[in-house]
Amino acid sequence: MAQAIPAGQKWWSGGKSPFNVEYGKLMMWYFLMSDAFTFGAFLISYGTIRFSSNSWPDPNEVFRAFPLMGSTHLPLVFVSLMTFILIMSSVTMVLAVAAGHAGDQKKVTFYMILTIIGGLMFLGCQAWEWTHLHGEGAWWGRNPFRNSNGSIASTNFTNFFFTITGFHGFHVFSGVVINIIMLIKNLRGDFAKRGHYLMIEKAGLYWHFVDLVWVFVFTCFYLL
Amino acid sequence: MSNVDTTTSHDNAHAQFDTKPIWRTFWILLGITLVELVLATIHLKTGFPPKYVLNGVYLILTCAKAFYIIAEFMHLRHEIKNLIMTIAVPALLFVWFVIAFVSDGNSYRELRNRYDKYQLEQSNKPVPVTEGEEAAPAAKKPGSPE
Repeated sequence: MAQAIPAGQKWWSGGKSPFNVEYGKLMMWYFLMSDAFTFGAFLISYGTIRFSSNSWPDPNEVFRAFPLMGSTHLPLVFVSLMTFILIMSSVTMVLAVAAGHAGDQKKVTFYMILTIIGGLMFLGCQAWEWTHLHGEGAWWGRNPFRNSNGSIASTNFTNFFFTITGFHGFHVFSGVVINIIMLIKNLRGDFAKRGHYLMIEKAGLYWHFVDLVWVFVFTCFYLL
Repeated sequence: MSNVDTTTSHDNAHAQFDTKPIWRTFWILLGITLVELVLATIHLKTGFPPKYVLNGVYLILTCAKAFYIIAEFMHLRHEIKNLIMTIAVPALLFVWFVIAFVSDGNSYRELRNRYDKYQLEQSNKPVPVTEGEEAAPAAKKPGSPE
């Protein structure tokens, strides 16, 4: 937690955290660092395979469906909605952290509930998309889509898509679970008793990271 | 980049957490996403901005979004320089990581096209969509599930 910092502070002279944050928060940063490299390895291997292929399925042909719209051609619309939901839930998470800083327990509860709802909505959207693609015959090891030049595509496309969005979806799921635990702890008054809401901040860091990864997944699979 | 001086002007951490920059960041992120969508739609309708130009634009916009999420939502910009550096310096590995592996994939494709002409021919041969046991999306379209 940031406290008043005298000018000319010597950070490395011992006796205090040279990073001016609490231990758990620093470790959350380092965990996210390692998780970023895990996701990075996934996305970069996807990029390597894609660069080594002469042709690749066109995302605008594959991801064009929207719930209850039948076979209307709506590329990018559904995934934009998912992006919006995740950014929105990231905002409510920061608002929860801000409320925690102000020591407002009721507001923290309110924003945590909104964040959890956002996370569940995102998971619902992803479940729909997976079901839809599975209905079209796409799954690990099965790729019904043709390359953009009309030739037969390998299963690399679906394998990477389901693995990476699945890994991200699992992160969202764990984020929702963490947020629910934080909500329960907040309702029990644990943080108010402790006098600070640092746990909310750490959960928040994780939640924003999930949003951050989605930004890259969105670009790599739906735009490029 | 933040420095120690910005934090010294505040007596406590509360002052850093006013909600105005949060909403400003939200509008920036939403705006960038909308710009990406508009560009993609224009490209689909007219094919005007060539795909390789668009890809560069997407990557820049994506990095901008990543910057705003990390700096504002994750609050890194308002931490002290030591913390920023302990995150930012290892993240530079990604520069090598992306360039090395993507160019490796590209070189593999070029070598394979040069020495395996059969594969090159196959990968450029359009195949009728209704052929085979698994239906292509176009054939499946009318009865496709919701």
